[in-house]
Amino acid sequence: MQDLTKWQGEREYIIANVIVVDPEKGSKTEGHVGIREGKIVFVEPGDPDLASIPLFDGRGLHLSPGFVDIHVHFREPGYEYKETIRTGSMAAAAGGFTSVACMPNTNPAIDEKNVVEFILRKAAEAGFAKVYPVAAATKGRKGEKLSEYHDLVEAGAVAVSDDGSPVPTAQMVRRVMEYSSNFGIPFMEHCEDMSATADGVAREGFFSTKLGLRGVPAYSEEICLARDLLVLRSVPSKYHASHLSSRGSVQLVREAKKRGLPVTAETAPHYIYFDDSELETYDSCLRINPPIGDNEDRDTLIEALKDGTIDCIASDHAPHAAHEKQVEFEYAPPGAIGLQTTFAVIMTNLVRPGHLGLTDALSLITHKPARVIGIPAGTLGTGEAADLTLFDPDEEWVVKESSIVSKSKNSPWLGKKLTGKVKHTVLDGRVVTASLETNRVGG
Amino acid sequence: MSEPLKKDLLGLDGVSADDINTILDTAKSFKEISHRRVKKVPALRGKTICNLFFEPSTRTRASFELAEKRLSADAVNISKSGSSVAKGETLRDTAENLQAMMIDVIVIRHSASGAPHFLASLLNASVINAGDGAHEHPTQGLLDIFTLREKFGDLKGKKITIIGDITHSRVARSNIYGLVTLGANVTVCGPPTLMPARVSELGVDVETNLRRAVTDADAVNVLRIQLERQKVNLFPSLAEYADVYGINSERLKWMKPDCLIMHPGPMNRGVEISQDVADGRQAVILEQVTNGVAIRMAVLYLLCGGVQLTKPDDVIEAAEEKEDTKVS
Repeated sequence: MQDLTKWQGEREYIIANVIVVDPEKGSKTEGHVGIREGKIVFVEPGDPDLASIPLFDGRGLHLSPGFVDIHVHFREPGYEYKETIRTGSMAAAAGGFTSVACMPNTNPAIDEKNVVEFILRKAAEAGFAKVYPVAAATKGRKGEKLSEYHDLVEAGAVAVSDDGSPVPTAQMVRRVMEYSSNFGIPFMEHCEDMSATADGVAREGFFSTKLGLRGVPAYSEEICLARDLLVLRSVPSKYHASHLSSRGSVQLVREAKKRGLPVTAETAPHYIYFDDSELETYDSCLRINPPIGDNEDRDTLIEALKDGTIDCIASDHAPHAAHEKQVEFEYAPPGAIGLQTTFAVIMTNLVRPGHLGLTDALSLITHKPARVIGIPAGTLGTGEAADLTLFDPDEEWVVKESSIVSKSKNSPWLGKKLTGKVKHTVLDGRVVTASLETNRVGG
Repeated sequence: MSEPLKKDLLGLDGVSADDINTILDTAKSFKEISHRRVKKVPALRGKTICNLFFEPSTRTRASFELAEKRLSADAVNISKSGSSVAKGETLRDTAENLQAMMIDVIVIRHSASGAPHFLASLLNASVINAGDGAHEHPTQGLLDIFTLREKFGDLKGKKITIIGDITHSRVARSNIYGLVTLGANVTVCGPPTLMPARVSELGVDVETNLRRAVTDADAVNVLRIQLERQKVNLFPSLAEYADVYGINSERLKWMKPDCLIMHPGPMNRGVEISQDVADGRQAVILEQVTNGVAIRMAVLYLLCGGVQLTKPDDVIEAAEEKEDTKVS
């Protein structure tokens, strides 16, 4: 196979002989894609006949719009020992993601214009992915005072959230919804009733009982979601439920959508790959918030992805340093990294078993999440940025620590065999995966 | 001869009936040693054992220490206060340092469920779980079963009722796993606030009514009620708990006249168990403690590569043979 990397920096080239998957159009055809000055200039079926333009032969590969992940933690500013915008962007590129939205639970939180500007500058300097900051819904994510949405949006924030924590009161939720509607941005809620969670560390159920782990009832997530959806009935605004994990939540979103409420929802790869029986190992990488549900939750979430109740998948990429995770299960900070495994989990758990066709499955990480936060991504439209992902849908690989680009290695998929491998990621026409190896840090 | 214990004893969940019986049979032969004038055999001479207790413990710790001494092992004790743990050292570092000192066995008590599993995954040394969070306390489960087996012989079809805070009890879980494996009928009883989710799927009957739970029971295992549970509203007061679930002489009348009364200790006399019942004819609470040393001797011995024994002096012979082979 030819090496796409030599097109790094080419002003004009064609990627030919690829299977072009366009989830937005619902199409999958053999064809070629013309790129000029970082933009898509044409997507055509069949063989190209423009011999004068440099040509990359992508035979055997699929090409899709660059993937979109609307829920990642890049930890900068404040926790650079876990991840930086640079290393996080590199992990995104390695996983086929060209656009990501980063959560505001940094230190300081993304609650001021200068923090948004800092993140955008860092992301541009790194140049591995487009990073869209999600601003804190409330000052310092404390749930007491609205952040300055006008300022934040003007600086480049695309949504508001207090992720890591829920917005605590119905009154504050109302204000966040009302005020965010003024800017057309969504409020992304971390659904959790802290009084129901208490000191729990695993989903309450058979395995929490068997393993003696303090349980978090599924209704911790559901109470918060239900409250928000009730408020949403009287406050028309864009509401997005992040990282849903329970079948009860699926039911709530389904009913809300039936009512015509402006709600979107996401789940994460770990909720469709694992269930709580995996906790028998006490692997602290499986300590995640919200905790991993049971097999019935997993099956219901997959159904919800099939019928559109849940709109998209986001990794909830949550890096933590080795010394933080190599501790007793309940002492470990919650979260797992996922940018480099999300696509493969979708292939392994949704496409391979026949739950979704390739095109529909990829819509979960392309135009659908892009639409949630209103960014120009996930499309192969002419004139759009040439953000593209080339992949082999059938290649099997084993997740190894040495192949993790993220600064932190807390992946619950280490040692697991997955299907589907990203081969090249193209950002504004540049092959960003080509320079990953030389830029690697840590391990 | 079977080797029931491989590297670690982390719990009774998943341990076969044959393996449990091998441990119990070995314990039976060790029990006699504690009644001798010279309570020591050279079975584990030259082995180093570390008792790593991150939670306060009197009974379990003393029991392990005595078991180690009676088997001639060298033991060191580390507790949370006054150690590097109190200075913020991680469990991983503590464990790896001990391993670097060539410890053969680590006995760990820890408030976090799964801590012994974490340790076992890091170390070559054998790990014995001496109680992890609300998960398991396998040697307590074994000593309870040993005590029951001494009284009843075969436990198949015997009704054993466990009363109290099932949610937070590692003793309950280890008893449930072991007893269900041996074919006993286990009932758990307590207020719904102290009953963990889907507990019946562990193979037990769930009963919130004390009278119904203890009628027909062959043995009642009374769990300690912890004061701090009251603070988080799992029950309104210790007095009310005692009123509804406390075992006293009145409640003994609901039971079979020869029903055994067990308690893993430490007891809250007047709360979950009354003074007269704790000291009464049906109580086997101190026998449990005696048996605990024998069980721990058996577990340590089997983990260190010992084979199943039928009579105590086999231990001495086996140890002497080992010495001989080394010399020659």
